[in-house]
Amino acid sequence: MRLLPYGDRAVLAELADGEEAMALAAAVREAAAPCVGALVPAARTVLVVAADGTAVEEVTRLLGSLRPVPLDPADEGAELVEVPVRYDGEDLEDVARLTGLSVAEVVAAHTGQTWRVAFGGFAPGFGYLVGEDERLHVPRREESRTRVPAGAVGLAGEYAGVYPRESPGGWQLLGHTDLALWDLDRDPPALLRPGVRVRFVEAGR
Amino acid sequence: MSATLTVRATGPLALVEDLGRPGLAGIGVGRSGAADRASLRLANRVLGNEEGAAAVEVTAGGLVVEVGGEELTFCVTGARCPVTVDGRDVGTHDPVRVAVGSRVRLAAPTHGLRSYLAVRGGLDVPAVLGARSHDVLAHLGPAPLREGDVLPVRAVERPLPGVDHVPWPRWDPDVVLRAVRGPRADWARDVDVLTTTVWTASDRSNRVGMRLAGGRVEHAREEQLPSEGIWRGAVQVPPSGEPVLFLADHPVTGGYPVVAVVVGEDVDRAAQVGPGERLTFRWVEAP
Repeated sequence: MRLLPYGDRAVLAELADGEEAMALAAAVREAAAPCVGALVPAARTVLVVAADGTAVEEVTRLLGSLRPVPLDPADEGAELVEVPVRYDGEDLEDVARLTGLSVAEVVAAHTGQTWRVAFGGFAPGFGYLVGEDERLHVPRREESRTRVPAGAVGLAGEYAGVYPRESPGGWQLLGHTDLALWDLDRDPPALLRPGVRVRFVEAGR
Repeated sequence: MSATLTVRATGPLALVEDLGRPGLAGIGVGRSGAADRASLRLANRVLGNEEGAAAVEVTAGGLVVEVGGEELTFCVTGARCPVTVDGRDVGTHDPVRVAVGSRVRLAAPTHGLRSYLAVRGGLDVPAVLGARSHDVLAHLGPAPLREGDVLPVRAVERPLPGVDHVPWPRWDPDVVLRAVRGPRADWARDVDVLTTTVWTASDRSNRVGMRLAGGRVEHAREEQLPSEGIWRGAVQVPPSGEPVLFLADHPVTGGYPVVAVVVGEDVDRAAQVGPGERLTFRWVEAP
């Protein structure tokens, strides 16, 4: 773990890979230390912001004292969310071409593994999901779409994701779900929170 | 009967803001809150409120509100602007008691960009995810104010503090923001371009961030950076080389290198820089 200064209020912990970053984020969350004002897990890093009135050095000390334990991807105790997907996405053929799989094999790879929410971002309720293997790793589209509908299910880089609301976006679209990923009247409002496991289930093509 | 404020005019943008909703980055929700946090806190201190009580953040003046229900006490801080009650000048940074039916008007600021109109007791609009803050990026929180909106004011519980003098902010015409070298300073060919350039705040700036024009911070690397956490004050450099200084409604994560991070209290000053105004950066050491 490498600690990089991030202004006078935060420290950016840089880890070797996404697994280590998820483990550190979980350890910071679990420690529930009062010196932590905010925690921003991301792809390879965890940004830890000092609570108001707390010196950032306390955050540095905390990070040095934690012993993160790698999360078990097969952890049956973690919450599991099933996302029914109609595989009618505009980029299905492109994803097949990019991965060297048939369309049916793309769907089978997407539904055949357990994904985990690594971190959030982009929009409220959007989770970056990591899978079990690299079969579906594809680059973003060369051109972003100005309008991607809510519920669109996509891939980009090493991640899968579901657009919680209509927005611009550059992910490769496999299909869509009618599941509401974000609902302010629900507690918690986001279905996909860090650590939650996700299974995509085929609901048609 | 409790007091209310009825919005009669909003100016370019008037938002309810408190100190935001920290701790929700994992579900893609940023902190948001007042762009100039120190000015909101100051207004609340003057009024004896909790420092995070919700107030109106008024961008570039133009807000007119009418007092309803019962008399109330307000205070304006932040951007220095003429404040009148029924046409009579009342000034800023002091508590002002006003009767039912009074109209409070904030004119365009002479210095700064964002003023805070706080009321004793705080605004009592419904909280969203624990905060009364509108986030312009996430589209969360109380909607931007519109003519005709009625804002309830919370009943007062604490005594009014005996504050008779609050220091006015100094409006040094030269805005020099202290910054710490960022976690990805080495992704810039020459990060010192940041401190040797006089930057101009672009008119494509908002509460999310301020786009800076006047120079280019060239990237030293071709590769893509995996998404990293963003916090207020982060200076991110997209491939165009024109830096973005993130403010209150910054994205939760971002994929361009953060080459500098402005010291917390100087982000408040940055939030008062209007389009077309100039600013510079000065390096300081991390604590």
